[in-house]
Amino acid sequence: MSAVDDSGNVATPKPSAEKPRHKPSREPRTPMRERAAVERAADFDEVALGYTEELAVAEAARCLQCKNPTCIEGCPVQIDIKAFIGHIIDGEYREGVAVLKERNALPAVCGRVCPQEEQCEAVCVLARKAEPVAIGRLERWLGDYDLACELEHRCVPEVGEPTGFRCAIIGSGPAGLACAGELARLGHDVTIFESLHAPGGVLTYGIPEFRLPKAIVDSEIDMLVQMGVKIECDTVVGATLTLDEILNVEGFDSVFIGSGAGLPVFLGVPGENLNGVYSANEFLTRVNLMRAYEFPRADTPVWRGRRVAVIGGGNVAMDSARTALRLGADEVFLAYRRTEQEMPARREEVHHASEEGVQFKMLCSPVEILGRDGFVTGLVATRMELGEPDESGRRAPVCVMGSEFEIECDTVVVAVGTRANPLLMKAAPDLELTGRGYVAADEHGATSVPGVFAGGDIVTGAATVILAMGAGKRSARAMDGWLQNPDR
Amino acid sequence: MTCQGGNEAHDPGGIVFRIVHKRQLSDVVFEMGVEAPRVARKVRAGQFLILRVDRDGERIPLTFSDWSAEEGWVRFIFMRVGKTTHALSHCEIGDELTDLVGPLGTPTHVGDLGRVAVVGGGVGAAVAYPVARAMLEAGDDVSVILGARTADLLVLEDEFRAIEPTRLVVTTDDGSAGVKALVTTPLKELCEAGEIDLAFAVGPAIMMKFCAATTKECGVPCIVSLNPIMVDGTGMCGACRVSVGGETRFGCVDGPDFDGHLVDFEELMSRQRVYVEEERLSDSEYSKECSCRL
Ligand SMILES: Cc1cc2nc3c(=O)[nH]c(=O)nc-3n(C[C@H](O)[C@H](O)[C@H](O)COP(=O)(O)OP(=O)(O)OC[C@H]3O[C@@H](n4cnc5c(N)ncnc54)[C@H](O)[C@@H]3O)c2cc1C
Ligand SMILES: Cc1cc2nc3c(=O)[nH]c(=O)nc-3n(C[C@H](O)[C@H](O)[C@H](O)COP(=O)(O)OP(=O)(O)OC[C@H]3O[C@@H](n4cnc5c(N)ncnc54)[C@H](O)[C@@H]3O)c2cc1C
Ligand code: SF4
Ligand code: SF4
Ligand code: FES
Repeated sequence: MSAVDDSGNVATPKPSAEKPRHKPSREPRTPMRERAAVERAADFDEVALGYTEELAVAEAARCLQCKNPTCIEGCPVQIDIKAFIGHIIDGEYREGVAVLKERNALPAVCGRVCPQEEQCEAVCVLARKAEPVAIGRLERWLGDYDLACELEHRCVPEVGEPTGFRCAIIGSGPAGLACAGELARLGHDVTIFESLHAPGGVLTYGIPEFRLPKAIVDSEIDMLVQMGVKIECDTVVGATLTLDEILNVEGFDSVFIGSGAGLPVFLGVPGENLNGVYSANEFLTRVNLMRAYEFPRADTPVWRGRRVAVIGGGNVAMDSARTALRLGADEVFLAYRRTEQEMPARREEVHHASEEGVQFKMLCSPVEILGRDGFVTGLVATRMELGEPDESGRRAPVCVMGSEFEIECDTVVVAVGTRANPLLMKAAPDLELTGRGYVAADEHGATSVPGVFAGGDIVTGAATVILAMGAGKRSARAMDGWLQNPDR
Repeated sequence: MTCQGGNEAHDPGGIVFRIVHKRQLSDVVFEMGVEAPRVARKVRAGQFLILRVDRDGERIPLTFSDWSAEEGWVRFIFMRVGKTTHALSHCEIGDELTDLVGPLGTPTHVGDLGRVAVVGGGVGAAVAYPVARAMLEAGDDVSVILGARTADLLVLEDEFRAIEPTRLVVTTDDGSAGVKALVTTPLKELCEAGEIDLAFAVGPAIMMKFCAATTKECGVPCIVSLNPIMVDGTGMCGACRVSVGGETRFGCVDGPDFDGHLVDFEELMSRQRVYVEEERLSDSEYSKECSCRL
């Protein structure tokens, strides 16, 4: 059965009438195979090994195939979860892949990094009484199934009739990639401009190999290239080219900005410029993008601390802490100013980090970084307690007077958030920004400049892969509408 | 030994950074020209590029020394100091660099400066040269002070002469060329004589530190072009942070030019040394590799 219909769209095959009725299994949630903590904390290979076909089928069998599948509303891009799981139940894997790709260009990525427990799985009917269906793991399994096929057998969305329009995309993170894929499907000629030397955005420079192997990101990008998308790396928009030149000199008809929120925020405490203090961005970029863990085979070094303190409580902090362990640290501390409950990182990652030996120091906040001869020797932190709820509804941490204490360490990684990089916008004075410096865009991604759209972290601030992809895809449709409108 | 051509699995859309010019200026200093039409259209004096020689290579910043928008090339001058510059010095005309990105950084302010002393120390002359030229073209009055440890390390003297600055003073630490002095000696004389309104100094951090101190004593403002360690060069990592007037600034986007009187040079010098051990290892591994391939 073909996954692609005549009009070139990836389509969901109609269920055949004579299928036997599905009898849900009552087994508990199928665990995913993982490498043992001691083994995995010593290298950069992937931690979670995913389902086998047998395990995937067993887990899919737990799905009730509900009349009213609530799971779908939990997914920011409304993947037809019931349908793709139904295809696994029926052994129709390619069809399952097609269902995923209708909504999500990178299933092998999202199946790995989506915060499923707060999204689709949180609202699965089963979650009310027992454990929800492991939707993310099933998505990952199907995504990997597709990637394991030879490129010509993979489910590559068909490219539409050429429209003659040229679209430029700034940034090759999930937002840009999703937008590019959708525009190519609609028949537009797409070029991505990326400032770094490799595409993928955070998927490439931020999220570590042990959580998202770069080979997976590369194959997903290969698929886009197969669809005719051109990627020009080493092109900094705002420096090498301006937005205006893309439209008026390079001759593009429409532009999507997906440049992410890549500017690191520092703590602003004394000692922060000592050697051994990194922003998470620098630390992870050196290790992931520049492969410093292979030094000296790869040329870029990273300071390999023995005692590392990571500041922050999000995914970025977890990734930094686990990376530090893998670089050979004896002890890694993670200092967060609220409690474990408030940590924005995914539960699974917190769990993995603690299994691997990351030591959590909750309710503390750094006030100074100590050093000798230019290098870090320790951290002074103060104890915090949770006070009244703040604007975000979370109880605000307040510092306990006179509670300072020292943590001895030789490396500090600051993972307390990122902001929009103004480089692109400084060279585009017509582009309206929000008060916080992000690009102002409506729900379709339209900005103040006609024909210029934006989405992902550059509009929302640091968020998630799936939200960025959803925004990229929505903008692609809006761009198509704008391009096809004769009155523009 | 050639550079690896081509690019990452996803090459920059058929853009090829081919080396079109190479000239050895001294034992350890080289000038190189690379085809990069988009970049060449944009460069202004004081800006820099970041390149990688091959796929395992480090991203290193180098200042543009010359460029032609019409012919689509850029040039830079580099001193062989470690592995990457070593590998680069082995690249020949016709080879391709894996990556070249730019122009990065804020261009040097020129045009309404009055009488300027441009001070270039060692390979800093490579940065000083396009800056002096741009100042002259913009109508500023330029005196040049060119310094090096020894005559062999003195570069671009003829080029500086050719742009006809108001004066050109050459110094060497050992007296093997020009005056036997540090660059701060003639700089101080110019300041004290009231001959200059501004100094622009670029070279080793220690030299810039002393230029800043010398001018400060005489109440003459001093711009320095800093060279902290960088990774991306676009503001996303913070590796390049420097303290200026007690505030943290990013060298790659806020600079490289800063008010020399406000820069914390001790911190800069300390941060430049963070990877010395690794650099030594990298370079010695590379030399071994080179000698067995020869
Ligand atoms: C360490 C880390 C871990 C994370 N873990 C998770 C997770 O587990 N699950 C999850 O859902 N989310 C996670 N996130 C968040 C998620 O990765 C981001 O929300 C998502 O990548 C945003 O996508 P984007 O396309 O908007 O931007 P990005 O992925 O940031 O991509 C932007 C791209 O644009 C390029 N660019 C920037 N400026 C320019 C310019 N001027 N010219 C040309 N190119 C430019 C950048 O180099 C980059 O490649 C994590 C983030 C980090 C940093
Ligand atoms: C804005 C700027 C402009 C520069 N312009 C020039 C120039 O025109 N000509 C020139 O010869 N040199 C210039 N440099 C210095 C040049 O980048 C370094 O000499 C080069 O990176 C050394 O690399 P290596 O592998 O050969 O040596 P290594 O052995 O790796 O390093 C030698 C020394 O170079 C510095 N360095 C190393 N890696 C980096 C890096 N990624 N970024 C910055 N500095 C680093 C360190 O202080 C180090 O101790 C400039 C630096 C900056 C920041
Ligand atoms: S994309 Fe994310 S939220 Fe949507 S179904 Fe997949 S795992 Fe769930
Ligand atoms: S809500 Fe849960 S059980 Fe129901 S269809 Fe969705 S995944 Fe299956
Ligand atoms: S080099 Fe990364 S922010 Fe300046």
